[in-house]
This record gives sequence, C-alpha cells and structure tokens, in this order.
Amino acid sequence: MENNKLLEVKNLKKYFNLRSGFLFQKFTGSVKAVDDISFFIKRGETFGLVGETGCGKTTVAKVILRLVPQTSGEATYNGVNLFKLNSKEMFKIRREIQVIFQDPYASLSPRMTVGDIINEPFEIHKIGDKRKRIKKVKELLRVVGLNPEHIHRYPHEFSGGQRQRVGVARALALTPKLLLCDEPVSALDVSVQAQILNLLTDLQKEFNLTYLFIAHDLSVVKHVSDRIGVMYLGKMVEVAKSEDLYKTPLHPYTMGLLSAIPIPDPELERKRKRIVLEGDVPSPINPPSGCSFHTRCPNAQDICSMEEPELRDYSKNGNEHLAACFFAGKPIV
Amino acid sequence: MATIKELEALEEIETGKKYSRTSLYKDAWKRLRKNKLAMLGLLIVILLILIAIFASLISPYNPIERIKEDSSLGPSIKHFFGTDLLGRDIFSRVIYGSRVSIEVGVIAVGISVVIGLFFGALSGYFGGLSDAVIMRVADIFFAFPYILGAIAIMTILGPGIVNIFIAIGILGWASIARIFRSSILTIKNKEYIEAARAMGASNNRIIMKHIFPNSFAPIIVYATMNVGTAIIVEAALSFLGIGVQPPTPAWGKMLADSMSYIDVAPWMMFFPGLAILITVLGFVLLGDGLRDAFDPKLK
Repeated sequence: MENNKLLEVKNLKKYFNLRSGFLFQKFTGSVKAVDDISFFIKRGETFGLVGETGCGKTTVAKVILRLVPQTSGEATYNGVNLFKLNSKEMFKIRREIQVIFQDPYASLSPRMTVGDIINEPFEIHKIGDKRKRIKKVKELLRVVGLNPEHIHRYPHEFSGGQRQRVGVARALALTPKLLLCDEPVSALDVSVQAQILNLLTDLQKEFNLTYLFIAHDLSVVKHVSDRIGVMYLGKMVEVAKSEDLYKTPLHPYTMGLLSAIPIPDPELERKRKRIVLEGDVPSPINPPSGCSFHTRCPNAQDICSMEEPELRDYSKNGNEHLAACFFAGKPIV
Repeated sequence: MATIKELEALEEIETGKKYSRTSLYKDAWKRLRKNKLAMLGLLIVILLILIAIFASLISPYNPIERIKEDSSLGPSIKHFFGTDLLGRDIFSRVIYGSRVSIEVGVIAVGISVVIGLFFGALSGYFGGLSDAVIMRVADIFFAFPYILGAIAIMTILGPGIVNIFIAIGILGWASIARIFRSSILTIKNKEYIEAARAMGASNNRIIMKHIFPNSFAPIIVYATMNVGTAIIVEAALSFLGIGVQPPTPAWGKMLADSMSYIDVAPWMMFFPGLAILITVLGFVLLGDGLRDAFDPKLK
C-alpha cells in the first residue's frame, strides 16, 4: 500500500513572515499560507486540489517543487523526503516532477522561440545531442497537438490555448512521472479549457502520469480528478473520492462550492436552492479561532469558534472520506 | 539557445526551405525604421563612426601639422573650416577629434555597462543585504555632480585618454545598475523564471538565458543615451585641460584653445562646437527612438 503512493505530503506548513521597517526589521506576524496539510497521491491518479484564491493551493505546489522553502513538514516522493535532499539529488529528481503554470502568457519567455523553450530542459539536464533534441522537440509539439513546423515561432505568435500546449510540452520533455498542474486552465476560454483538459487526460493515459491538479473551480476538477482535496485558508477541510465528494459532501464549505457550479439546465437551475457563502475569506495573517470556517459557516455553533476540528474519516463505503468539521454531513438549511 | 538556430540553419541547407523568424528585436527595428528622427540619429551615428575609422583617408591635412603661412585663416576651399592660430587645418582636426569622442563614448560606456550589469544583477537577483549596500552606493554616485566627479577622478589619476575611459566608466555605472536591477525585479517573479527553476536551471543560466535577454532593451536605450553624455563630459574635461592632452586633437580642447579669439576668429570655435552638438544630438535621437521602438505598449 505504501508503495502505491507516489507523493505523500505530511503536516506541511509554509508561513511567510511579515516584517516591517527598514534596516532594523522587526517581525510583525506571519501569513499562514499552508497550515498543516497532509495528503497523498497514488500512482497514476489525479488528485484535485480545490479552494478559493489565496487559500494556499499554489504555495503547496511551490513548496513541493522547492521553489520556496517549507516551514515544516515533509513531502515524500517515491519514498524520498524531498526536503532532505541536497541540491544535486534534487536536480536529478526534478526530471520526474514537472509543473504546468496557470498563466500561459507569463510562463513562456517572450525572447525564446517555442523550440528553444521546449529544448531548454534537455539542455539543462544534458540529454541527447543536437539532432536528437530537435527531433524530440518536434515530437513533443506533435504530442500536444501543435504543428512541429512552428518550432521557430515566438510565444506571442500563439493563442492562449496554444501557449498552454507549449507549456505542457515543456513539462513533458523530461518524461516526468508527476505533473503539478497549477490552475492550468483557469486563464483560458471555456472552450479551450476543455481541449487542454482532454489533452491532459489523454497524456495521462499515454505516459502513465500522476497529476496534482490545482484549481479554484470544482467543475473543472470534477472532470479530471480521481480524488479531491478541498482547502480553506491553508487547511485541508475535506478529502474524498471524486464521486463521494460530489454525491455526499460532508464539509459545509464543500457544499457551498458545489452549489456554486451552474447546472446547464435553466429549469433545474431555477428550482435548486443555492448555498451562498456570506462574507469574505478571513485574513490568513489573523485566522479565526477554532474552525477557520466558522465565521462564514451557516451551521456554526459555539464549539466551532473554540476548538479546531480534526480531519476525520467518515467513510461509509470503504473509500476514505476525510472531513474536518464537528457537524460533518449535516445539511445546510 | 544557439543549438536550435544552428540546427535550423542545417535543416535549411538540407531541405532547402526557409524559416521566417520574427523576433521582438525585429519588431523593434520595424518601428525604429518608421521613426524619422531616430533614423536621422542612426545616420549621424553611423557616419560618425565611419569618419572616425577612416579619418586618415578623409582629412586633407595632417591634424598636427603646422602650416605657418596659413595660420588663422577663415574657411576657404583650401581649408574648409579654416585654420587655427598655429596654422593647423581645423577640418582635419575636427575629423580626427571624432576618434577621441567615439572612443570615449563607446569604451567608457562599455565599462559602465559591464560594471552596472554586474552590480545590477547582484542587487536585483539576489536582493537582501547586497541589494541594500549596492543601491546606497549608487545613491552616492547619483548625488555627485557628474562633471565634478569626473574632475575629481581625473585629478587623482592624472590626464590622459585611458584615464578618461576609467573616470567616465566608473561614474556611469549607477544608472545602468539601477535600470538593470529594476527590470530584473519585474522579471524575477515571472512564471517562466519559476519554470526554469523547476527544471533545475542554475542561477547563472537563469540570469544569462532568461533575465538578460528579457531586460536588455532598456540597457541598450540607456547605454546609447549615456554615450552622448560621456562625449560631453570628455569635451568638458578636455576643455578644462585635464582630459586629452595636446597635440591629440579633441573637440573640447579645440574649444578651449580658441575661446579667447571668438570675436576675431569665430570659425575656430564654431566647427568643433558644431561637431559636439551634432554627435550628441545623434546619440540622443537614436536613444530616444530606441526607447520608443522597444516600448511594448506601442505594440
């Protein structure tokens, strides 16, 4: 069973310290971007990570990639704790963990041709000779559905969807095992979103990839994920198999998110009762006491503001279904 | 980065087909070509460089040769710009003087660009203490009047053209460093830098292949404009007698020598002055045009 987990994140914390003043800076608090998060991803599956803007999803990906240092916790990839590796070992493992970014306009260098961009991973990791590389680059372009002839074009000559395909090709270049998709479709048009999502699912089958799929939109995640984790203010509030989460959401926040997905049937849409979460996300500098969701929760009671609920397994059908709520499963009236 | 281009060339030879490449530099060139003032500036700059290179072919006389019987003559067919007190041909001297100005402009600015890029990269990319220290030192350089600083350094080092390169080079680094730093700061957090880091690219590689090409445009613009400033400072130093030493012809020195005779022999002063004016104008116009051409907002 242990072997089945490609990536396991345990008690991951990332606090950004705030300082004020010039020269003599003093510590004035910290933003708890990621606060004690644990999850695992099995080989070949897609784990969706959902939450509002600013809840720490992207930070999770960045910490796993060691683009920002973690505050505490561990991320075990294939049995190795990534945070314990020295830079040489990490360099080797980077080939296996790649990332697709959110904004296809910012993630490609405007001064490099598409060929140079996709070729870069080969250069960095010194793979193949020139001839092999160019062949590989063209093949990658074909794989992601771009014309290999476009190898000499610059990113600004492409549309958003095409640029994202270039980003996917670059991520695939090193034949990774784990792809961290950081909101790969949220900057794209809905019609293009579907294309990229289909591309990602096709690639997963073809190359036996494992995805960490980050999004702020449950409807997107629903299509691609096997299991889903819902984040709120740096904490994981619910983790479950995709179907379970949709059919029987336990956490009131998840219920709220699910209710925000429009139903493409005006009749049904008019009839259903939408759960509208009131208020804004509280500041992660000063998170609320107890359950961080209690300020917006329609089910909140006294205990919610005093004690912090733990993630507990509420599974009924044998599939793990974790939720952090004292009143898990209680319908919202 | 060269690999793809090389391969492209290989493939072009093998298959006989041509790739069309449009880069941002090409776009900038297109825009620059439409800007008439900038093209005038470019023309002046190119002409000046040609004049400086082929000075010995163009000038009719030896610039330091004294023709005793021709001293203090006004402009004529024999001496286009007239002659000075010692009977030297001013036209030839102005032509040879371009060498000093271009050399100072290019080499001194080259020095300040190298220093500026190094410290700018250090301060922008790594930040922290090095950033604070470097930028405060740059502030000190900014607070110092350019000419005064140049005079101070020249008094320490002594006159001579090499020392002018050093003085102006040292003084000009701060603006380049600051501009490079600010463009690094905007680029540093772009996702393509993060993508490169996620791939395992080294700091060196990120600076050379990602940050450098993406922040080079403003450097070119400011370097071009700095050439104009450097030429003026050199002229000022030579005018004050602590720059290029006689008999080497330098425009600033020519101005200083002829200043007392402005009412009787205005040509002695007019032509070197005009040369300085046109040269600086050329570089400033070109720099201005480049700035507009590289401005992505105009796209």
